[in-house]
Amino acid sequence: MIRISRPALVGLALLGVLPFVIRLLFSGSEKYYLHLLIQILLWSFIYTGWSLMGRFGLTSLGHGAFTGIGAYATVLLWNFAGLTPWLGIPIGVAVAAIVALLVGYPCFRLRITGHYFALLTLALTEFVRLCIVGWRDYTGGSLGTQPKRYGDGISLYAMQFEPDRVLSYYIALALWLFGLYVWVRVDRSMDRYALDAASQDEDAAASVGIHVTRERLKVTALSAAMCALGGAVFAQYQMYIGPDTIAGLGVSLNIVFAVIAGGMWVLLGPTVGAVFTQVLSEGLRVTIQGSATLKAWFGSAAFALDTAIYGLLLVLFIIYMPRGILGTLIERRRRSDAVAARGSERTNASLAANGKRP
Amino acid sequence: MAMLSATGLTKTFGALVAVNNVSFEVEQGEILGLIGPNGSGKSTIFNCIAGMYAPSAGSIRFQGDEIAGLTADRVCHKGIGRTFQIPRPFRNLSLLENVALSAYFGQDRSASRSNCWRAAEQALELVGLPSDAHSTTAGLGAAALKKLELARAIATQPRLLLADESLNGLDHHEMEQAADMLQRIRRDMGITIVWVEHIMGVLMRVVDRVVVLDHGEIIFVGGPSAAQTDARVVEVYLGTSEQPAGAA
Repeated sequence: MIRISRPALVGLALLGVLPFVIRLLFSGSEKYYLHLLIQILLWSFIYTGWSLMGRFGLTSLGHGAFTGIGAYATVLLWNFAGLTPWLGIPIGVAVAAIVALLVGYPCFRLRITGHYFALLTLALTEFVRLCIVGWRDYTGGSLGTQPKRYGDGISLYAMQFEPDRVLSYYIALALWLFGLYVWVRVDRSMDRYALDAASQDEDAAASVGIHVTRERLKVTALSAAMCALGGAVFAQYQMYIGPDTIAGLGVSLNIVFAVIAGGMWVLLGPTVGAVFTQVLSEGLRVTIQGSATLKAWFGSAAFALDTAIYGLLLVLFIIYMPRGILGTLIERRRRSDAVAARGSERTNASLAANGKRP
Repeated sequence: MAMLSATGLTKTFGALVAVNNVSFEVEQGEILGLIGPNGSGKSTIFNCIAGMYAPSAGSIRFQGDEIAGLTADRVCHKGIGRTFQIPRPFRNLSLLENVALSAYFGQDRSASRSNCWRAAEQALELVGLPSDAHSTTAGLGAAALKKLELARAIATQPRLLLADESLNGLDHHEMEQAADMLQRIRRDMGITIVWVEHIMGVLMRVVDRVVVLDHGEIIFVGGPSAAQTDARVVEVYLGTSEQPAGAA
């Protein structure tokens, strides 16, 4: 049973009425702002899924493969087999989890972690991307493809909801909350302690009976499944999938960078990372690409400037703020609380020494 | 029947023969000292039993089951707990979490969560660790870290405890305390102990028998007082036939 604190309840209520606030404030461009929010929520879910294993030192660059598997399996089964996403998504999620287990087992058995694990998973991402591109008769190759629209585009059976942004928002919100729930469940489980221990000293963890390979496989499969689910819902919302938008190395790197920026050891870290990266990249895109001066200076290179600045900022983050935005803020707060507590202890001690009651 | 028996145990690392055809037995309820100078192979034997190394040849049977080549976690589930020579605490966890983890995962079937926290508290109390079990291991001294190692091993509810150089880095008073604690663990909990050590003085007071190793081979098996007067043991330790220091 997870108890929800009062501030969290207030936050949830605010998120619940947010679409209506946006409709009031930005009546002309509510679709755009809702789209931004939906993107943030969907990516937050995917980032939270990645952080489940990333926080235990399992730095995967392969999660772009899992989001791709989830998205493509769902869409291809719908387009070519007429299988409703209600079945297509579980199949995609299961396939992603099986792939994760197949790749994870030899890695964890042979103790391939750290840099080599990152490289191996990077190869997996590229493998999946090449498969998507190569299987172009079905996947549309590098141009991507679209799920076949069912009726007017809003259907429970086809799990299509894209034209209704408010509905899309609530679906994304529910998915995000589900992601947080999974994170909390993992965080409070004994498996989390086992994974924490194994990330620090694998031999010592095994010596107290922890089956390190099994523990790592469990969290890897869960993490891959969540990312596949996120990818599939993303496809249903965007009504378009491409090897660069939902699969491949770019997606993998975005996931890792965003979680590092937000903070991977705290519940809302990946969400903060999603807000930061989405708002930043969107802000830079709008500012730079809308600026005639910059276009005059840099010519067509101005179109790549936002990505370059975004990349630079992330590098600075990794160097100077390894605990991420939220992680650093929480750390600072904890430190200042500790200093304040020590100060009051000292005051109480000096009062007691002077014979006064604190 | 012996609780643990090693037969023809051999471990090689490339051309180096670390342990050469070693056979010995551990009887139920005893404290067996496994001693020898540095490089004699005692830690290698220890790691072969604990599942860190797979032996190159030979057999290790624990309560009738072959355990040679099992992984460390399965050896633990069989009922063998271990400590490390240099303490290896999980520094990102609290003391209580360190030990609760052992209580939860240490047996073949996971204990219930509430029981494992209670067992962890009891294990910490038994080894006499500070009352603030929720603090991290930061700032703990050598003796406290050794105690945490011991608490972690005990929490797995072993029938056999492999204690690796539990006295290393302790002052004389702490050594005596550690030796008393091992005796108490054997007496109160009925745990059989194999104690690897190169500090002989305190060990000899506590053990029932010793196995002395040199260059990967056993040179002596018997009581501690006989070991102290055995010419080969004395020679291995001191290079002369005088009695080793602190052996009296």
